[in-house]
Amino acid sequence: MTTGPDAGRLPAAYLAPGSSSFTEFVGAHAPQLLPSRRTLPPGSTLEAPHGTTIVTATFDGGVVMAGDRRATMGNLIANRDMEKVFAGDEYSAVGIAGTAGIAIELVKLFQVELEHYEKIEGTLLSLEGKANRLASMIRANLGLAMQGLSVVPLFAGYDLDREAGRIFSYDVTGGCYEEHDHHSVGSGSLFARGSLKKLWRPGLSGDDALSVVVEALYDAADDDSATGGPDVGRRIWPTVAVVGDAGLRFVPDEELRTVVEAVIAGRDGNPGGAR
Amino acid sequence: MTSMPFYVSPEQLMKDRADYARKGIARGRSVVVLGYDKGIAFVAENPSRALHKVSEIYDRIAFAAVGKYNEFENLRVAGVRYADLRGYSYDRTDVTARGLANFYAQVLGTVFTQESKPYEVEIVVAEVGEGAEDDQVYRLTYDGSVADERGFVAMGGAGESVEAGLKERWTPGMSLGDALSLAVGLLAQDPSGGAARELSAAQLEVAVLDRERPRRTFRRIGGSLLNALLNTEDPTHDAPSTDDPTPGRHDTLTGEGEVRDESSNPETQRPEGEGNKPEAP
Repeated sequence: MTTGPDAGRLPAAYLAPGSSSFTEFVGAHAPQLLPSRRTLPPGSTLEAPHGTTIVTATFDGGVVMAGDRRATMGNLIANRDMEKVFAGDEYSAVGIAGTAGIAIELVKLFQVELEHYEKIEGTLLSLEGKANRLASMIRANLGLAMQGLSVVPLFAGYDLDREAGRIFSYDVTGGCYEEHDHHSVGSGSLFARGSLKKLWRPGLSGDDALSVVVEALYDAADDDSATGGPDVGRRIWPTVAVVGDAGLRFVPDEELRTVVEAVIAGRDGNPGGAR
Repeated sequence: MTSMPFYVSPEQLMKDRADYARKGIARGRSVVVLGYDKGIAFVAENPSRALHKVSEIYDRIAFAAVGKYNEFENLRVAGVRYADLRGYSYDRTDVTARGLANFYAQVLGTVFTQESKPYEVEIVVAEVGEGAEDDQVYRLTYDGSVADERGFVAMGGAGESVEAGLKERWTPGMSLGDALSLAVGLLAQDPSGGAARELSAAQLEVAVLDRERPRRTFRRIGGSLLNALLNTEDPTHDAPSTDDPTPGRHDTLTGEGEVRDESSNPETQRPEGEGNKPEAP
């Protein structure tokens, strides 16, 4: 800080008035820290761990999001206990599918972005505001996505104004779409969506929604090799976040174990879960 | 024709600037920062609900200031940017009050010597530790000098007389209720020896860094909780460990409504436990 154009003064980005965005500040002051500012050598392809399936569903009074724990690299399992569902802030959850390294960095940036806004402005961003901030981060990642390192998140949160859970999905270009009732992204999402259509009902309770998303993940793992099913031997359960008017809560392992065991018991001798 | 530059000795120049800054600061109302058994409390005489003198910087770090609002607000935002950038590029545990105090010292020192007008501010950066002996409180003045304070600090117009009172009556391990009553009593005194004023909860801005909370420890205190803490006859001596149950931002404890469900998690990460390995802090 003692040499260069600032000559002992604080870099201008620190004192710039008007911006409450952490991403904008980092972009102006230390752009090398942003995941989207990296360039890859042209024409190369890279094998990196990929996160797989995220499932989310609304219920009466909130929204629940679940993710399996597997990351794959080609035909290998790169990680069997990766967390892919994160809290954005107190009232929102982000699940990620796609290149795990970039996705996790993006979520970390998103979390700081929301907290930064909260501290500077002294108020929470609206749920749509949060969804749009995430969209602009995905948009900035388009260059990397075109080289195969795409990130597709799923965003869900509790809207304090409408007093209901809402779901937003994204495409690689940063398009942000509101989804109704339920949604799923990632390699196993086709099977999970089919399962959700049959299992989800309007006005579900929180506990029922929890078992619906766990069962949808089970169905995804049944047909998609990249999605990890519940691992009873290692006691690896899906990551599940429940967001409601009381805030966000990650479902503890003991509770998940009961739900998972009930789903598995329901499939005993009835592998398709017909009912 | 330009006028002949007069020679002004550096001593005179610095003295003039220091006098100017001191005068500006002395015009404002005071802020008290003091330790209590479970953390650090901040008490400011500030009737405004929107323009804060005390704010959160990071998980365990808070900021208090007196002087010109636009100048210390500028410093607060710079501090939040500094802390968030550091936490993002290293780890949340690597953001320290010492680093932030050094950062502010550089900024204030440079402004004092290089700009045409010094900042008319005095600030405190406080970090709550695991125990009272690990608490850190730094006082920074307009010229960038840093003082490492123990236990309590008072700044602003009546700063000196309040600090004299604190020296006499503050003891380590006071309860929050006692600490707040002491601070408010001293703020209400007239430094020129007149009758003490009556300070109501509405004229006060009160916040704490609560060492027993996980992650973000900063909470404002308002509503009936503040009244109860300031009332010596009320049995309330401590801030609750759970947030208000009302949906919305949980930065203020009012003690109104029922207790919030403890399982709800205002933190941004799944708590570390058996068999789960968090991927990001």
